[in-house]
Amino acid sequence: MTKYILRRILYLFLTLFIIASITFFLMKMLPGTPFTNQNRLSPEQLAIVKAQYGLDQPVFIQYLRYMGGLFQGNLGTSFQFNNEPVTQLIGQRLAPSMQIGAQAMIVGTVLGILLGAVAAIRKNTWVDTLATFISILGLSIPSFVLAVLLQFYLAYKWQIYPVALWDNFQSSVLPTLALAALPLGNVARFMRTEMVDVMSSDYIELAKSKGNSNWQVVTKHALRNSLIPVVTIIGPMAVSVMTGSMVVENIFSIPGIGEQFVKSITTNDYPTIMGLTIFYSFLLILVILIVDILYGLIDPRIRLGNGGKE
Amino acid sequence: MEKILDVKNLNVDFSTYNGTVHAIRGVDFHLNSGETLAIVGESGSGKSVTVRTVLQLMAKNAKITQGEIRYHDEDLLKKSEKQMDDIRGNKISMIFQDPMTSLDPTMTIGKQVAEPLLIHNKVSKADALKRAEEVLRLVGIPNPKARMKDYPHQFSGGQRQRIVIAIAIVNYPEILIADEPTTALDVTVQAQIIDLLKELQQKIGTSIIFITHDLGVVAGIADRVAVMYAGKLVEYGNVDEIFYDPQHPYTWGLLDSMPTLDTDDQNRLNSIPGTPPNLLNPPKGDAFAPRNAYAMEIDEEEQPPFFKVSKTHYAATWLLHPDAPKVEPPKSIQQRFEKYQQMLGGSVK
Repeated sequence: MTKYILRRILYLFLTLFIIASITFFLMKMLPGTPFTNQNRLSPEQLAIVKAQYGLDQPVFIQYLRYMGGLFQGNLGTSFQFNNEPVTQLIGQRLAPSMQIGAQAMIVGTVLGILLGAVAAIRKNTWVDTLATFISILGLSIPSFVLAVLLQFYLAYKWQIYPVALWDNFQSSVLPTLALAALPLGNVARFMRTEMVDVMSSDYIELAKSKGNSNWQVVTKHALRNSLIPVVTIIGPMAVSVMTGSMVVENIFSIPGIGEQFVKSITTNDYPTIMGLTIFYSFLLILVILIVDILYGLIDPRIRLGNGGKE
Repeated sequence: MEKILDVKNLNVDFSTYNGTVHAIRGVDFHLNSGETLAIVGESGSGKSVTVRTVLQLMAKNAKITQGEIRYHDEDLLKKSEKQMDDIRGNKISMIFQDPMTSLDPTMTIGKQVAEPLLIHNKVSKADALKRAEEVLRLVGIPNPKARMKDYPHQFSGGQRQRIVIAIAIVNYPEILIADEPTTALDVTVQAQIIDLLKELQQKIGTSIIFITHDLGVVAGIADRVAVMYAGKLVEYGNVDEIFYDPQHPYTWGLLDSMPTLDTDDQNRLNSIPGTPPNLLNPPKGDAFAPRNAYAMEIDEEEQPPFFKVSKTHYAATWLLHPDAPKVEPPKSIQQRFEKYQQMLGGSVK
């Protein structure tokens, strides 16, 4: 198992290297320079600044330099945000996004699993229809619409939570709810499909024939087996939710990372684009690795190592 | 002998998109204490539904429209869901058909075997696991202590069926319902499982209802046989009576399509022509009549009642009516009759 994980971590870095390379060259194909929007520099001044950042070199040399820095853990400094080191820039902005994202994932996943399970157990009843309706709403209402609705009712009208503030847990509730809708809908739909399948399987009938009550059949046998495939969609979803939503962060005035990424692309802020891409990729690959390990814990059939005694 | 289970006039309907399917149409049978009753019939004849009704493990769209299932002077059909939970896996338990899909893939087999003990008895987890280990040894899992922590996928099909059997017998049930327990296994493993069931019956004194479509298996295990066709019983009797003195043309057809040691390359195996009737609209008369070479006019009109052949042997065919013409059964069946006469002669001596 340890050997397997080590190998996967090696692949992780290999993948990151490839992603970084591709992104670097793609980024260089973007039109414009980081400085076109700056207060009209004279050609001489522009040349000086370019030379200062090494942008006068051929692209391949720039690439080698960047990768050299990357191997030493240096992501460079931002062209746009007060020459801040990119690591620092990401670090500061990441925490709020991660917090809201993680909360939204927990709320969405737990409620989604419950909703999906209830729908499956009460298949083809009004409960099922209601649960399906809720999960389709969660999937189809854009997060910014939901965010504005939550803001209007819970913050403005009933004044339970602050409108737009980044302060304590209270202020994170509304953005969490706004972001939780999508994972909730996704997980609920997936869970329902899986559980309907599981509930009609032979081992569920055998579990019932042992004298388990319907409730016991669900909690002891059906839930765990239904969760196996659900785990696979949770991972990538967690990454996309936790790396920040520009719109939701804007609506609630959260100093998150989502906005940063978009800004860095529109301004050709090369080091920030690279830094964020590498960081996102790292997170995604890491989560997939964690999901694979979790998968083995839940499903003994794909556990590695001492299995296969047949 | 004491009747441990008595099923009377059982009727089960399934509501489907196409209408109501009358899957079970008035089935009567009983199970004596300590015996093995085999219920045979082709796919769709209603044998699985019948026994699932006993444990009330039917699909959601099934409905028992009439009947009584008496177990120790109590009607199981009048029990609440909670009362049935107390009976299932405790007094009456079931062995399922497909060992590859009947075990929970994410639970160790030790836990799965111990589960019925923990549900029905006040025992500690440790004691239950210990007991599970004994039962696994009893059903012939080698080195059970080490294998308790293994998962179903780490066992072969035959071993898994042994585990399914262990789960069914762990509470020493009074009645064991085996729903085609050997169908999914290859022939040598089939024989081992049959031997195991016979051995267990001796050891724990359980009564068995054995569902199968394989008459060869029946001969090896059953005391009595009930033949089912299109949701009804057509003939029942002791195993010798069914095998050597069959009266119903359907039973003739089944036996005639089964290879025996006497089958050589001269006699071809016969098959029963046609297909079973659609039970959305069951025929007015005998459901087997369209496939029956011996059918008479009355078969189209009226369903035959059971005619008594002996004290233990009944068959529902108009051929047994006193006014019916004498017919010649197939040659292989006549040979069976002759053997039966020799056997009877032998037993008199």
